[in-house]
Amino acid sequence: MAMEKQNQEPRIGFYVCHCGTNIAGMVDCAEVAHHVGTLPNVVMSKDYKYMCSDPGQELIQKDIAAHGLNRVVVASCSPLLHEHTFRGAVEKGGLNPFFFHMVNIREHDSWVHTDRQEATEKAKALAQAAIGRVAHHKALETKRVDINPTTLVVGAGIAGIHTAMTIANAGKQVVLVEREPTIGGHMAKFDKTFPTLDCAACILTPKMSAAGAHENIRLLSYSEVTKVDGFVGNYKVTIKRKPRYIDEEACIGCQDCIPACVFKTPKFADEFNEGLGKRRPVYIPFPQATPQIVAIDPNVCLNFKKGENGDRVVSDKCKKTCVEACGDKDAIDFTQTERFEEIEVGAIVVATGFQTYDATRSPSYGYGRYDNVYTALEIERLVNASGPTGGHVVMRDGKSEPKSVGIIHCVGSRDKKTNAWCSRVCCMYSMKLAHLLKEHTNAEIYNFYIDVRTPGKGYEEFYGKLLEEGVHFIRGRVGEVTDWAMTPEEEGKLVIRVEDTLAGMVRRIPVDMVVLATGLEPQKDAQDVRRLFNMSCGSEGFFLERHPKLAPVNTFSDGIYIAGACQGPKDIPDTVAQAGAAAAEVLALIDKGYVEQEPNTAFILEDECSGCKSCIPLCPYTAILFDEKTDKAWINEALCKGCGTCVGSCPSGSIVQNLFEDQEIFSEIEGVLAYD
Amino acid sequence: MRYGYFPGCSLKGTGRAYEESLLPVMQHLGVEMVELDDWSCCGATAYMAVDEGKACALAARNLALAEQGGFAQVMAPCSACYLVLNKTQHFMQDYPAMRRLVDKALGSVGLKVSNDTPVRHPLDILLNDVGLDAVKQKVTRPLKGLKVAPYYGCQIVRPYSTFDDQADPVSMDQLLQALGAEVIDWPLKTKCCGGSLTGTLPEAGLRLSYILLKEAKKRGADLIATVCPLCQFNLDGYHDKIEAKWEPVRVPTVYFSQLMGLAFGMPANRLGLQRGFIPMPSLPRAEAVAA
Amino acid sequence: MEIKRTIKYQADRVRGFGREVMSVPGCEKLKDCIQCGTCSGVCPLSIYMDFTPRQVMALTREDFKNEVLASHTIWLCASCYACTVECPREIRITDIMYELKQRAIHEGVYPKRFPIPVLAQEFTTMVRQHGRVSEGLLVTKLYLKTNPIAALGMAKLGMGLMKTGRFSLKQENIKQRADLARIVATVDNESVKA
Repeated sequence: MAMEKQNQEPRIGFYVCHCGTNIAGMVDCAEVAHHVGTLPNVVMSKDYKYMCSDPGQELIQKDIAAHGLNRVVVASCSPLLHEHTFRGAVEKGGLNPFFFHMVNIREHDSWVHTDRQEATEKAKALAQAAIGRVAHHKALETKRVDINPTTLVVGAGIAGIHTAMTIANAGKQVVLVEREPTIGGHMAKFDKTFPTLDCAACILTPKMSAAGAHENIRLLSYSEVTKVDGFVGNYKVTIKRKPRYIDEEACIGCQDCIPACVFKTPKFADEFNEGLGKRRPVYIPFPQATPQIVAIDPNVCLNFKKGENGDRVVSDKCKKTCVEACGDKDAIDFTQTERFEEIEVGAIVVATGFQTYDATRSPSYGYGRYDNVYTALEIERLVNASGPTGGHVVMRDGKSEPKSVGIIHCVGSRDKKTNAWCSRVCCMYSMKLAHLLKEHTNAEIYNFYIDVRTPGKGYEEFYGKLLEEGVHFIRGRVGEVTDWAMTPEEEGKLVIRVEDTLAGMVRRIPVDMVVLATGLEPQKDAQDVRRLFNMSCGSEGFFLERHPKLAPVNTFSDGIYIAGACQGPKDIPDTVAQAGAAAAEVLALIDKGYVEQEPNTAFILEDECSGCKSCIPLCPYTAILFDEKTDKAWINEALCKGCGTCVGSCPSGSIVQNLFEDQEIFSEIEGVLAYD
Repeated sequence: MRYGYFPGCSLKGTGRAYEESLLPVMQHLGVEMVELDDWSCCGATAYMAVDEGKACALAARNLALAEQGGFAQVMAPCSACYLVLNKTQHFMQDYPAMRRLVDKALGSVGLKVSNDTPVRHPLDILLNDVGLDAVKQKVTRPLKGLKVAPYYGCQIVRPYSTFDDQADPVSMDQLLQALGAEVIDWPLKTKCCGGSLTGTLPEAGLRLSYILLKEAKKRGADLIATVCPLCQFNLDGYHDKIEAKWEPVRVPTVYFSQLMGLAFGMPANRLGLQRGFIPMPSLPRAEAVAA
Repeated sequence: MEIKRTIKYQADRVRGFGREVMSVPGCEKLKDCIQCGTCSGVCPLSIYMDFTPRQVMALTREDFKNEVLASHTIWLCASCYACTVECPREIRITDIMYELKQRAIHEGVYPKRFPIPVLAQEFTTMVRQHGRVSEGLLVTKLYLKTNPIAALGMAKLGMGLMKTGRFSLKQENIKQRADLARIVATVDNESVKA
């Protein structure tokens, strides 16, 4: 039936939507309908309050039957929102859904213009273009493509772990990639979690080991994604396995090699403890690290010493005592090099997290200049029982406890000169640290804040608890931290100068220790990751969700999802909720088993192809192949994403794209140009 | 290296030692400074407080004179002049209405300003045009053992930091090190000296000078090196009042250019050093270095 | 004990004052102030102010013209620009202080014999008339106009300056004083603020 209609004289129905006052407030819809009604081939032209409502859709269906319509145009909002709805309505009315075209007169017109008359004229021009185009539409069929049920999760902090576990628990295979030697991310470094004060390790490490041992999860630690090809349901991903100089299969996690190292005392800054502790060249980041496999740091291991010409020379000081200690297990392998592995997955969840603001970028707070100025993350390690001091809060001299501490909020947050956004978690973690520091040292604690933000379950109550405990809250953004004294009590202290804005005066407050509540920002390489997965970023660099309210874990690339702080600063409860949402989206996709592909693919007119092959390297999806027998190119429809690159580049004009045929585009342009 | 030299009023008055030392030092380094013909006052901080339109127009007159004189760059040694001339350029660039006003005002006397002549500080020129290596080569009497607190004051790095870090400037530190001096690390190098308040509201202004002197002394400085005539005046001229109110903090304050002259082997009285109140300590025994 | 009404009624404001200030070049971003107090925290003179710089920002934005123009704060600003470079909202507080000083001078609402506005005006007059500032002459005039007795206390400093060749009562002049006058007159005829 559809094919018959294609050859008939076009009988077009046109509908313009008011969208309440969203469109009608700026565009005279009745006038648009009237104008379009005068155009050739238009049988029916109406305006209606809400075209997307059931009565609106029924209107289209009834008119198709009553007036013998064979083409439909709706002028309303963005096709992103309702193209699907109207194609469905047209199909229900008995037409091929591709005999439909949509005009966006909301986002492209009423919302962005302020002159009613001009906006109305623009709507008329756009509608006229669509009328011209739709006459040339052809009946098309959507294609179904099977989905590979394996999922890739990138990043194994709490977001990635929770996503991977949820999908794996549903019986699906997951590949979990983490670039560090252990999973766990930032949460593994935290001491307690707000507002409940339960121990972060106690709730995280069971999940870490469960993820490491899950039969449906393949954990690739110390690895990075380097290449992503394909499309929703069928991605090919290349993963770099960085050498940890340990045979992962052979290492049993006994850690006998660590004390055997020729470095009798740990000597190198320990990343997990934010440099407050030391480790050896062969190390495991922390006792509950997952996987329980050691790593060797080639930058400091004597075995990797570089000679003057840059070649590796084995230092005679290295006795390979680690190898000796490993014994029969023979897990240490100094010859390891990076390897690349290709995997195939149907969906990808990016959960690459955040980094904390570099406090040296705010020199007035003295980080790096004064010993006893700390970042919040350093304090997390300092109060932690498994931290570098065993949970004993001492300052950098290694012995004295602070008697007074100033915690400065919003360092690298809410500041147009550094990061303009609120990092959302700092108020709460500052209060948590205030509580812990007080508990450990009974020091006087001062919080310096711009606004206390406690928008979470139990958060405001936690603030109340801190006030009860006698922690000071001074409303004012600190001007500076210095070490020069005005009064005897300031001698030898760090002096915080701040306006107590609620009291309305400037104060100087001497303290022993300053803690900088550094904000959250995108990872240094977020832009590279964005390009790798073909995502978008907001202006601040966090990955952009498809819709801030209705598609918060989707991206603009189908089959690629985001979870956790890579999308924006968030706390653990929100991160886990988002991780669960991403897992649910993945499962909904996989369980359906297939995706319907928009039939806007390109095809080659074989008779006209000269076999020049110029299109082949241009295709970003490697969808164009060359048939040596016929000496012609052909396009694999399953791979074509309808980008149009080949169409525009073909020297003989022998590539055609569905829904974007020359006639359709030219008629659309003519429609706009013919309008004056 | 040729620059249109904008001395400003202070370098002809209370700050004449700055000019007296800067001219021979720059000449010694092959830097040509040609005084702008018939320059007028930059307006300093006072004019902005009365009328920013006139302040900009009068400052822009000097920029126009520099262009007329064919100078590609202007050197402004006084911090206030340096700031005001730079600020005028920013205002003209950022606010078309201001630009039109200035154009009209200058046009009334046949002057024109294209607003693209960089206004630079001698420190900037010494570090980036002359280079520290060239400075080092001229040092015949290194300031070895002399502990100097470099004091930048407000207006050369704030609000426009064009050649040095706003929060922690280092250009003068590097220069002093090149002269062989020992540089004192202190957190007050860009703090305010009190500006004109030492004269108009001494109880507020002098306190700031006192804090600077006290801290420099506490950290073992033999002297303070400055880049600004008003800072030099405030830190040098009020010791009796400061002593009466607080305590003796007798640390001399000299211009960086005077220290350069000494390191280059020039006699102190040719560098205006006799004009300070708190005398410069005698240099550690001269160790002549082959030039 | 003397008591004073401190509540503010809407009628106590001068409506449009804040908007007017914010329309001046350099003062636009006052709109963005979040009252964090960084300006006061870094201001070396905030310890003497009747209103902190942050409060001046709030009062200006909320149209409390009389309170702002009569405050000591605007005269205590030494133009060190510390607030301007540290403000997390990029508000040019120093420039706003300049604008408020201008308005206070224009309306004559500053404490009598208060030397700071007098200095600003004497300075400006001298520059307008002669093109250059002669510091010795300027300071002498200032003391005579505000506090002749205090001038005695400065005598020692003056003598010292004289001895070191740094004090002179001679008026410096530029050649093109007529040009200067015309430039000033042209600016007077235009209005940047229009």
